[in-house]
Amino acid sequence: MKAPVRERWPFVAGSLALLVVSVLVAPLIGSARIDFARVFDVSVPFAENVDAQIFFIARLPRALAAALVGASLAAAGVVFQALLRNPLATPYTLGVSTGASLGAMLAITFGWTVPLLAVPAVSASALVGAMGSVLIVYWLARARHVGLSTTVLLLAGVTLNAFFSALILFVQYIGNFADVYRAMRWLMGNLDVSSYRPLAGALPIVLIAAAIFVWLAKPLNLMAAGAGAAESRGLDVHRTQRLAFFSASIITGAAVSVGGPIGFVGIIVPHLVRLAAGADHRILLPTAAFGGGAFLVACDVIARTLLAPVELPVGIVTATIGGPFFLWMLVRK
Amino acid sequence: MLQAADVRFAYDGAPVINGVSLTVPAGRIVGILGPNGSGKTTLLKLLAGTLSPGAGEVTLEGRSLRAFSRRAVAQRLAVVSQDTQLAFDYSVLEVVLMGRYPHLGALEIEGPEDLAIARRALAATGTEAFERRLFTTLSGGERQRVVIASALAQIARAKTEDGRQKTEEVLLLDEPTAALDLGYQLEVAALVRELNEQRGLTLAISTHDLAFASAVCHDIVLLREGRVIAAGPAAHVLTVSNIRALYDVEAAVHRDEVSGRVVVVPRRHLRS
Repeated sequence: MKAPVRERWPFVAGSLALLVVSVLVAPLIGSARIDFARVFDVSVPFAENVDAQIFFIARLPRALAAALVGASLAAAGVVFQALLRNPLATPYTLGVSTGASLGAMLAITFGWTVPLLAVPAVSASALVGAMGSVLIVYWLARARHVGLSTTVLLLAGVTLNAFFSALILFVQYIGNFADVYRAMRWLMGNLDVSSYRPLAGALPIVLIAAAIFVWLAKPLNLMAAGAGAAESRGLDVHRTQRLAFFSASIITGAAVSVGGPIGFVGIIVPHLVRLAAGADHRILLPTAAFGGGAFLVACDVIARTLLAPVELPVGIVTATIGGPFFLWMLVRK
Repeated sequence: MLQAADVRFAYDGAPVINGVSLTVPAGRIVGILGPNGSGKTTLLKLLAGTLSPGAGEVTLEGRSLRAFSRRAVAQRLAVVSQDTQLAFDYSVLEVVLMGRYPHLGALEIEGPEDLAIARRALAATGTEAFERRLFTTLSGGERQRVVIASALAQIARAKTEDGRQKTEEVLLLDEPTAALDLGYQLEVAALVRELNEQRGLTLAISTHDLAFASAVCHDIVLLREGRVIAAGPAAHVLTVSNIRALYDVEAAVHRDEVSGRVVVVPRRHLRS
């Protein structure tokens, strides 16, 4: 007989395997047919291996972007749900995504094109917008309290979401037709990534947040019984809340800067994984992250192929799956 | 032994605890009684070290709580609150294992020793049959026993080979019977007595339940507006005049011959 957490590692391993397979298979699917064996055929030089070029240059960045964004959003969803003690919280509940969207809208509408540290201007601007909203919400939530008040966090986040949405509409209103069209497309959530560069900007942030998540997993379990109970078990609740808030926020900002505000990944995946693998965050967090990555890679394949050669924004696919699922879940409870 | 010496505490300038001194001797059960808003819950938080007194000192085994790390306090002293709600579906065994948190390193996973301790805690509270069930599916009384099991797992020390240095195990219960029906109230009372008698547990219990307090507690402290108005053995403290002073209620106090409990029948509110 072992501790329950020791019995459930196959969920982590299984979801990781699923993610690896999805990232390797997704680039094989597309209008130009390529052959897996030829892609990894080292006897043909890369410069002459068209299959390998399509795989590594044209399609793999997109699959990796889907994996990174999906994993980030699902993990951020788990952490926000634990922080707010509310299974209906999403990575976007506290205003990170609308802040990022406002940043992206500004960059698109005012034609900013100068990359920041090699990160494309729209992504960089989205990232700055996300961080701005994180700081505002954090400042509001701790203004009148020792530590973080989750009620104030929620209220501040919801209000900031509404406020930034109004600013987004305003920026779109004053923009010209072509820019508004581009902006709308961005808001739909799109993984139209054709190089590794947007990933390079997000990756360091994702890795920092992931390192914090490793530490957070056990404390988040204690938080499920409430701050008081967690504190009496010897946990530094304020530090846990701060770390959870910042790590989940920055990883959400990084994900949105790459793919736009793709919806529902951050809520469906944590729920499904919780149902299957249990609530222990040491299993839930990694399984949701790997599963979320695989889920978004799969959704993106559907988005690319459903109406080929037209590519749907992946946000439409996740929301058409996610919306009904979410309602079903609400009714079921 | 858990001791408070002239402890004071205020929330945002509003005084709640105004110079409380009390002693919870090792191996004794002390009840804290008082009307709503008298500061019982705050006093328990001060005793647990999750709040720091504005003045005065709380000591555990003769050392100031300030000298302990959070972890070190949590290894010796656990808190059971009135009603525990979990935001997610954890199994009963997982909830009890969470009690081992202060004994584990940051990334350390519960080992066989921790599992054995959790099992013993489940057995001690008669909840071993629920081990695999989800905590949220239990009734209020069952949940309370599981939370007590988790608290026992928290203060249980891993066995040392010989001459095991026995540190004191302290349990603080905040209105443990408030949400329970009569049957479960008796059950929790019996469990508390048993833990005290068999494991030498030191307990402090805040409660509104006079009968529960008289049946379970060795000593009783009466708290009103953040001050101790009487303290001592249960039979001496639960008197007509003390109950009038505590609640502004005219009451008859009887002793039930069968259970030995003090029965307090409230008759008239003196303020109205």
